[in-house]
Amino acid sequence: MLDKNGIAKRIAQEVKDGYYVNLGIGIPTLVANFVRDDIEVEFQSENGILGMGPFPFEGEEDADLINAGKQTITALPGASYFDSAMSFGMIRGQHVDLTILGAMEVAENGDIANWKIPGKMVKGMGGAMDLVASAENIIVAMMHTNRAGESKLLKRCTLPLTGVGCVTKIVTNLAVLEVTDKGFKLLERAPGVGVEEIKEATEGTLIVEGEIPEMQI
Amino acid sequence: MINKTVRDVSEALEGVHDGMTFMLGGFGLSGIPENAISELVRLNLKNLTCISNNAGVDDFGLGLLLQKKQINKMISSYVGENAEFERQMLSGELDVELTPQGTLAAKCQAAQQGFPAIYTPAGYGTEVAEGKETREFNGKMYVLEEAYKADFAFVKAWKGDKAGNLIFKGTARNFNPVMCGAATITVAEVEELVEPGELDPNQIHIPGIFVQRIFQGKDYEKRIEQRTVRQK
Repeated sequence: MLDKNGIAKRIAQEVKDGYYVNLGIGIPTLVANFVRDDIEVEFQSENGILGMGPFPFEGEEDADLINAGKQTITALPGASYFDSAMSFGMIRGQHVDLTILGAMEVAENGDIANWKIPGKMVKGMGGAMDLVASAENIIVAMMHTNRAGESKLLKRCTLPLTGVGCVTKIVTNLAVLEVTDKGFKLLERAPGVGVEEIKEATEGTLIVEGEIPEMQI
Repeated sequence: MINKTVRDVSEALEGVHDGMTFMLGGFGLSGIPENAISELVRLNLKNLTCISNNAGVDDFGLGLLLQKKQINKMISSYVGENAEFERQMLSGELDVELTPQGTLAAKCQAAQQGFPAIYTPAGYGTEVAEGKETREFNGKMYVLEEAYKADFAFVKAWKGDKAGNLIFKGTARNFNPVMCGAATITVAEVEELVEPGELDPNQIHIPGIFVQRIFQGKDYEKRIEQRTVRQK
């Protein structure tokens, strides 16, 4: 079974040379730590930067340079700044190659819910609805089950949707899965996790074809 | 040169009154029009509708207006950093319209550029699209979103000249440029106000035509919301 860093490490393998990548808050943010250093990747933050770098050294924080999580950041050589309309133009226009975000629920048809729990304080969707409606390549990073032990990979989402039919791949603490027309196709198992355990933890249709390899991380 | 300068923040806000709709630039606390917000607090205007990506924190940014219950309705994409906001929202004192961030930017920009509405894929199939016209283009579904109408837009830039030309800095740019010219009157406050000719026309982000009033701001706090650093 993987921890959060393990999930991020596995997703980092999906980041290819020449990609522009948008990382959501939470586990997705960790992905940047594990991207191979022999490839060229630029991270986009939707508040208006391409070429986002690591956190600044103490004393070098700049209130005019933050990421979408409002954290102080740095800009790498070759970075650019732009306004919010252009930022979402990049996203809506499908110029960003890969979007990685967290989710509360994913359905077997690719629907995603990650912004609102009825009856609880709603903070808002931020840029999530724009990202999921537009990106062609969306990977969800999440735990396979919620704190109550219930599956987060469902036949149908029960929470208010963020987007419909948009998720392409899911990496959880248990498995790597692809969203297909027929349901969640199991691609890889986390180290030490068996197919039965993944079946148990998946409420939606799980497609298991042949031998399922263990993740190489 | 058409001179857009006003003496100070109080002249810049001449004509504001209760019940108006304002656009305010900024993302989190970065690039917010601090001087205009302070003046709105001082004037104690009520029943305001504010279009702003976020709603500040309890004791800074738009949180200052919330504290004094000046805001009736908030149009934002994310409002998670403010306990007083939460209290007013849950008690029903505050009306909140949550809008996807890119849609919010597009609705401002549509107002700036004379489009009555735009189609966006964001929110299709979700509660954000309820009651809105949808349409298919090239096999994909889109939601019709109307341009905002606002009385004043308050923006903050790094540098500006007396003609109203603006240059922004870093990610403090965010929503500020798309709100310029998107309201009846756009008020720009700048950290540094210079003479015409001092800014390179090649480097201007927003031409002065989109700005009605500009003034040199003062006492910028530029508070950092999440100070994150790494070790040397």
